[in-house]
Amino acid sequence: MINGKCPPGPLEEKWEKHKDGLMLVNPANKRRYRIIVVGAGLAGASAASTLGELGYNVEAFCFQDSPRRGHSIAAQGGINAAKNYPNDGDSIFRLFYDTIKGGDFRSREANVYRLASISNNIIDQCVAQGVPFARDYAGYLDNRSFGGAQVSRTFYARGQTGQQLLIGAYSALSRQIKSGTVRFFPRTEMLDLVVVDGSAKGIIYRDLVSGKIASRAADAVCLCTGGYANVYFLSTNAMGSNVTAAFRAYKRGALFANPCYTQIHPTCVPVTGDHQSKLTLMSESLRNDGRVWVPVVKGDERLPRDISEDERDYFLERRYPGFGNLTPRDIASRAAKDACDKGYGVGPGGRGVFLDFAEAIGRLGEAEVRRRYGNLFDMYQKITGEDAYERPMRIYPAPHYTMGGLWVDYNLESNIKGLFVLGEANFSDHGANRLGASALMQGLADGYFIIPYTIADHLARIKPGVVSTDHEAFVGSVKETNERVEKLLSINGKRSVTDYHRDLGAIMWDLVGMERSEDGLNEAIKKIRALRNEFWDNVKITGEPDELNQELEKAGRVADFLEFGELMALDALERKESCGGHFRSEYQTVDGEALRDDSNYAHVSAWEYKGTDKRPFLHSEPLEFENVDLVMRSYK
Amino acid sequence: MDLSLFVWRQQAPDVQGEMVAYSAKGISEDMSFLEMLDVVNEGLISNGEVPIAFDHDCREGICGTCSQVINGVPHGPMERTTVCQLHMRNFKDGDTIFIEPLRAKAFPILKDLIVDRGALDRIIQEGGYISVHTGGVPDANSVLISRKDAETAMDASECIGCGACVAACPNGSAMLFTASKVSHLAALPQGKIEADQRVRSMTNAMKKEQFGNCSNHYECNAVCPKGVKISFIAKLNREFIKSMISGDSSD
Ligand SMILES: Cc1cc2nc3c(=O)[nH]c(=O)nc-3n(C[C@H](O)[C@H](O)[C@H](O)COP(=O)(O)OP(=O)(O)OC[C@H]3O[C@@H](n4cnc5c(N)ncnc54)[C@H](O)[C@@H]3O)c2cc1C
Ligand code: FES
Repeated sequence: MINGKCPPGPLEEKWEKHKDGLMLVNPANKRRYRIIVVGAGLAGASAASTLGELGYNVEAFCFQDSPRRGHSIAAQGGINAAKNYPNDGDSIFRLFYDTIKGGDFRSREANVYRLASISNNIIDQCVAQGVPFARDYAGYLDNRSFGGAQVSRTFYARGQTGQQLLIGAYSALSRQIKSGTVRFFPRTEMLDLVVVDGSAKGIIYRDLVSGKIASRAADAVCLCTGGYANVYFLSTNAMGSNVTAAFRAYKRGALFANPCYTQIHPTCVPVTGDHQSKLTLMSESLRNDGRVWVPVVKGDERLPRDISEDERDYFLERRYPGFGNLTPRDIASRAAKDACDKGYGVGPGGRGVFLDFAEAIGRLGEAEVRRRYGNLFDMYQKITGEDAYERPMRIYPAPHYTMGGLWVDYNLESNIKGLFVLGEANFSDHGANRLGASALMQGLADGYFIIPYTIADHLARIKPGVVSTDHEAFVGSVKETNERVEKLLSINGKRSVTDYHRDLGAIMWDLVGMERSEDGLNEAIKKIRALRNEFWDNVKITGEPDELNQELEKAGRVADFLEFGELMALDALERKESCGGHFRSEYQTVDGEALRDDSNYAHVSAWEYKGTDKRPFLHSEPLEFENVDLVMRSYK
Repeated sequence: MDLSLFVWRQQAPDVQGEMVAYSAKGISEDMSFLEMLDVVNEGLISNGEVPIAFDHDCREGICGTCSQVINGVPHGPMERTTVCQLHMRNFKDGDTIFIEPLRAKAFPILKDLIVDRGALDRIIQEGGYISVHTGGVPDANSVLISRKDAETAMDASECIGCGACVAACPNGSAMLFTASKVSHLAALPQGKIEADQRVRSMTNAMKKEQFGNCSNHYECNAVCPKGVKISFIAKLNREFIKSMISGDSSD
């Protein structure tokens, strides 16, 4: 059994007391410790800048050409905090409760409470950095509502909240780069973790411009490398988002927790054809004012405006009157898929439902709707050529976020000492389903306010700089990484990397997607194995190893997805219950809602790698609930 | 639809590049421009050729990674649209399309359509921030900001740092990029304290990085996919003059 090391004591006091007990590093000694931060999304940029400011010697990496471009930049809707500025009954406890309930009671109380309590500091920090959040006419900060909550606690900057928060963190990072505390390595990709005597001591990376494989040693490594929704090929994630860094750490002994917990977002622009390379999210904030419906008659092909009110089924409002269009994502997605599976879908292939703003435009006026969501409407128009002020949007669910990730304890440290995991890359705070506007909150909580305390406790116990890149673990890993690159390039088969990725995505979407079953999961495992074998036999990658080679980059990522997909299916198979985003068709209530099994599955599943083609070992961390009752989630 | 493409191919920074002809066949109007290039690349790979290298990531018009010059215009023919958001329904069957990297003295070409825009990061490092520590800051509502100022800051801060403005400028100036950051922070009370210092050092950095001067061509604003306003350049100039009058100009 593994232990999350949550501190004892009353919920509200855990973090404060725990912080007081953590060791500190003497200011004069800090610069002697080197910390590697991989990733420059919100989690990585906030961690690197804060650690640099504290005086550590930080080296930070990302595969984009600049730390201003991390995938976090695409977040649209907003970031939660329990400020209770609107005086509508919010509190830290309520944010905690909504988050733990939204996650279907599959996360740690202590972590989630800490997240809620830090949320307010994040808003203060971002405002001080110059993040231009929306304001009301008196100059106070404005809030909107998001799914799974009955209060308005979401702070936003037009439809570009992630961009503005990331620019804030990037500016803090830029300041540290200038002052010399952070050395930044753009266009680099971490390809392995180096572990010496059970502790993380550095990374192997490829310089994506020269193609050279190199290594850096450090006293601690922070992985802030984001989520793995691209295992589905089509997702709302950026094209480069991948599982490689986390998966390489897993292969070096780090536990991977709850890999089957994935989030399918209800409001994305539907697929148009085989050429499709990614899916675009239409922010959940749209569900504040947009109403979701399908025609009551199957296959109704009339223009939406010709379909009268009583010929429409506002199915979320009908099925979930308490939350209406603002039910959590997993529920809204399944309801949309259900409507389409039954033949009520609209648009090409019947894979879509309407998201209608006519009522909001009538109530608020077009100008106000434009102010709130203008950039989203523009984006929709660019993609579909349709004007959503005139006719409803068409939306369909798409893979979006992954709650699973590397296992970490309360200190955000994995079972490998000195390996810390932040942001979407860890598994810690969202249970089996994440509520909207809480990923940005978590990434920044981890980076600005948690890691600076907890990493000190690790560093204070070790001597700095004892391992260098001459160590055999580094030399061996560089050699292995080079060999893998050579192997990939030598196959010279017939099918492209993207072909394999698309095939994998289809398997994952059909069998390990929104609804899973025992038979389907077994079939998925078989198919993934066959596809993986074929990949290593028949993939075709052109170009050279020692140059900028984007196909080679993709190939490495897809190769890891081809192994990781199997782990997801295995985890989904082992979890014989439905919870949050993990819906097993065998386990549902009579009206089709997720049926949890708290007596057998109120735990974190954490997988340990046991070697190529060997079954990984399943550890479990029991989840204890002292402050909330495990009720059946109801949004009716 | 079928298209003829001429694409800039350059193997490495110090190798001579050239325009190479390709054809793109069976392109659907629902594809994005980059998806059209994906199709071309898949064809090249299956012929054993090296695909065209181009930068991209979000494919949603927000990360600023994509950067191509299409028929002489950075990000192509559609106003306020990045290449990744440009869709093929804006082209016709039989069109000839020229695709080149962003060209500017400050942006060396790395490969094909990929350039090094590190100079933009270095301008930000010279002052594109408010020097705040993590923690120990006041409550977010303790300093009120008028909606007008917040909206101005937001307008300026929409810049995605793609570098199109530089490539569009006959002088290769980074004025719009720099002005947007200066204006974003100068619009906010929190940013005013360091305003003088900021505008001076960022302007200096611009010169050091081999960006040209601004001589009011306004090409930058015409191609900006976020429509960052030209008036921010005037704002930068005002901030600059103010800093010369008010401040010590020791740096
Ligand atoms: C379209 C969209 C909209 C969203 N909207 C919201 C919202 O409104 N509110 C909300 O709370 N959440 C939202 N989310 C979720 C949220 O944006 C993400 O969960 C969050 O930003 C993840 O941040 P991160 O720092 O953990 O990782 P990321 O931002 O994904 O950053 C990962 C970083 O790691 C680097 N990296 C990865 N692998 C490697 C490697 N091997 N080597 C080197 N570098 C590597 C990348 O370069 C990148 O810099 C949205 C997500 C999407 C897709
Ligand atoms: S790829 Fe992100 S803006 Fe075009």
